[in-house]
Amino acid sequence: MPELGRAALLVTLGLSVYALVAGAAAAHMGRRRLALSAQNALVASFVTTAVAAAVLVAALLRNDFSFTYVARTTSDALPTAYTISAFWGGQEGSLLLWLLILTGFGAMAVRLNRGWARDLIVWVVPVFAAVSTFFAFLVVAVASPFATQAAPADGAGMTPSLQNPYMLVHPVLLYLGYVGLTVPFAFAMGALLSSRLDERWLIATRRWTLFAWAALGIGQLLGSHWAYVEVGWGGYYAWDPVENAALMPWLAATAFLHSVMIQEKRGMLRVWNVLLVILAFSLSLFGTFLTRSGVVNSIHSFTQSSIGPWFLAFIAVTVAVSLALVFWRLPQLRSPTKLESPVSREAAFLYNNLLLLALCLAILWGVVYPMLSEAVRGEAIVLGRSYYDFFLRAFGLPLLLLMGIGPLIAWRRASLRSLTTTFRGPTIVALVTGVALLFLGAGSSIPGLVAYTFSAFVLATIVMEFARGTRARRALGAASWPAAFGSLISRNRRRYGGYVVHAAIVMLAIGVAGSSAFDRVAEAKLAKGESMRIGDYTLVYRSLDERASSNATEIRATLDVIRGDRDLGTLRAGKNAYTIEQQVSNEVGIRSDRLTGEDLFVIAEQIDADGSVYFRVFVKPLVNLIWLAGLVFLIGSMITLWPDRREQRRLVARAAEVGIPATP
Amino acid sequence: MTLALVLAAALAVACVVAVALPFIREPEPESDDLADLGQGEQHRLELLETRDRALSALKELEFEHRTGTVSDEDYRAQLGPLRRDVAAALQALGRELREGRPPDERN
Repeated sequence: MPELGRAALLVTLGLSVYALVAGAAAAHMGRRRLALSAQNALVASFVTTAVAAAVLVAALLRNDFSFTYVARTTSDALPTAYTISAFWGGQEGSLLLWLLILTGFGAMAVRLNRGWARDLIVWVVPVFAAVSTFFAFLVVAVASPFATQAAPADGAGMTPSLQNPYMLVHPVLLYLGYVGLTVPFAFAMGALLSSRLDERWLIATRRWTLFAWAALGIGQLLGSHWAYVEVGWGGYYAWDPVENAALMPWLAATAFLHSVMIQEKRGMLRVWNVLLVILAFSLSLFGTFLTRSGVVNSIHSFTQSSIGPWFLAFIAVTVAVSLALVFWRLPQLRSPTKLESPVSREAAFLYNNLLLLALCLAILWGVVYPMLSEAVRGEAIVLGRSYYDFFLRAFGLPLLLLMGIGPLIAWRRASLRSLTTTFRGPTIVALVTGVALLFLGAGSSIPGLVAYTFSAFVLATIVMEFARGTRARRALGAASWPAAFGSLISRNRRRYGGYVVHAAIVMLAIGVAGSSAFDRVAEAKLAKGESMRIGDYTLVYRSLDERASSNATEIRATLDVIRGDRDLGTLRAGKNAYTIEQQVSNEVGIRSDRLTGEDLFVIAEQIDADGSVYFRVFVKPLVNLIWLAGLVFLIGSMITLWPDRREQRRLVARAAEVGIPATP
Repeated sequence: MTLALVLAAALAVACVVAVALPFIREPEPESDDLADLGQGEQHRLELLETRDRALSALKELEFEHRTGTVSDEDYRAQLGPLRRDVAAALQALGRELREGRPPDERN
């Protein structure tokens, strides 16, 4: 039923245009029924987009190759799970997913806040509608998922690297993150347009921003693990433009989540916060542009298309209009309070913001430089790994240290004596750790050693904060130590959930430093029965076998793994040759040591006809901490996202005092 | 094809009804004005936010002093200004409630 899909998207476009025009007119003229009508149009646009999405899913499941999109992204032999993931595996489908999430988030955000922020919502609706109009236009006129053709006997299949369980979740999480950043943007623009620059837009969007940020963070970690196990080059992050495209809005959103606390606690940085929201949203659009336009060469960028100019134009209009609005409302955005001391929590958060932004902009420059150099000089000059690594160390290491310092300094002003007392313990822990690691041989990488030392410092401050807080709660009357600990977290979820997230970032830093600064690599061409050594591992190549799966021929080399005198079993690495797609993928062998977090990572680079195999082998210390950090990050994010009844009651009471419906 | 077109037409009609619903429910309302926050309400909201911010800062200072994150010296230095902030916010709110209008409306 491609006609139903096309018609549903056409209705979505009509509803979005109506919500934009009617919503803006209602807000400008103060017309209640027209404003409600525009809100209904936004909600209805979600329903019509969902109908279009259902049509595409049905076509995918039926292998209806009369849909050009289905024929291009799937085949009869493709397993069902990957057939469903083809929804977001191609350009048209992923744009439809953008639109589906956008209209869904828009409808939900408007319905949840239309009571207590009604004067704000009337302007939020046309902003949402403007963004959905753009995406609806793209899927109607530029990249329709419902184009049809004479059905071929079979489809072209899916890129082999996408045939991985991670692809069922990773792209969806990234899209939830990208699109989720539209919510704070729409409310910020709504606040500017309506001149309602009180705290409500921040309160209304706080959890949305956290959700989008958490989804982007988890999505990136899953993507890194996908690259690690599937792409088969021996790493997990290559500073690829499309990887960077997801990292940049995450960094901007991280900066916003910190600076928004300064606005809430001290009433400062109001212009800065709006600018960060604009930056995060623009970068999420830029990220989608990079992934979908085919403008960059990337293992993640699967398409060449004509949507690039549309995206660039939309990003340019978004940035220009947003900045014009900020400029227009500048007098109302001025903060009544000023920074009292450079040694205070707000100052530390500001330094954190500057470093995050500097890192974000350095990465942005690295991404756009090849495009600019190609446009100006006709030659794409790619900035390599050393460029990014330099800035990661230059800005990332001070950021790591600030994670330990910031939360422990007093607001407004901190005395030298107070700083000395507070940081004495963590500093001793860090120095002892650093010296011990130096003696253990970690001095071979100074940045790695510094990262470990700073990590020890931050972990010590986190443990200290939890210990002190629990002790204080116990003294305030908690029945037991576990009760005191539970009460500490439940009474300030943002703060203590934030510490858990900080612990996750520290684990990530330790994992990255360990696996990149202290890793080892060995290469050898082995015939059956021959062996190679790496560190204290010995690998013996035993056999080569081949089997046919539903959509590929799988060739695997089996190696015995011995460490010292211990036989650790076997490891298999090889290649898959995909029949329909006519492509070959590396299938790596990984042995994880759960106790030390170390991986033995084997790539069968080349398999010769005589059965000999060229192996590349890595030993990656502590790499599993990176994946464990993802779990801790998720727990911390859930703690911060969990609804806070005390805060709700406070907001209800405040709303009641002004006489507005208290339904945040 | 025909079924698809019928479904598409039904979807379009349902959307038109949803969009027109506010006008169908209230063809001749007493007032069609948006119940916007008045200047007074907006001003009071901002004062309430200032009050809550000051109270929250005071509460946080107390807790951080209790945990030891804020030293006695910093606690003593900050307690006075924070209490003054709370008092000023409460006074401004009281004035606003008594007079019922923001200063710029009274002028």
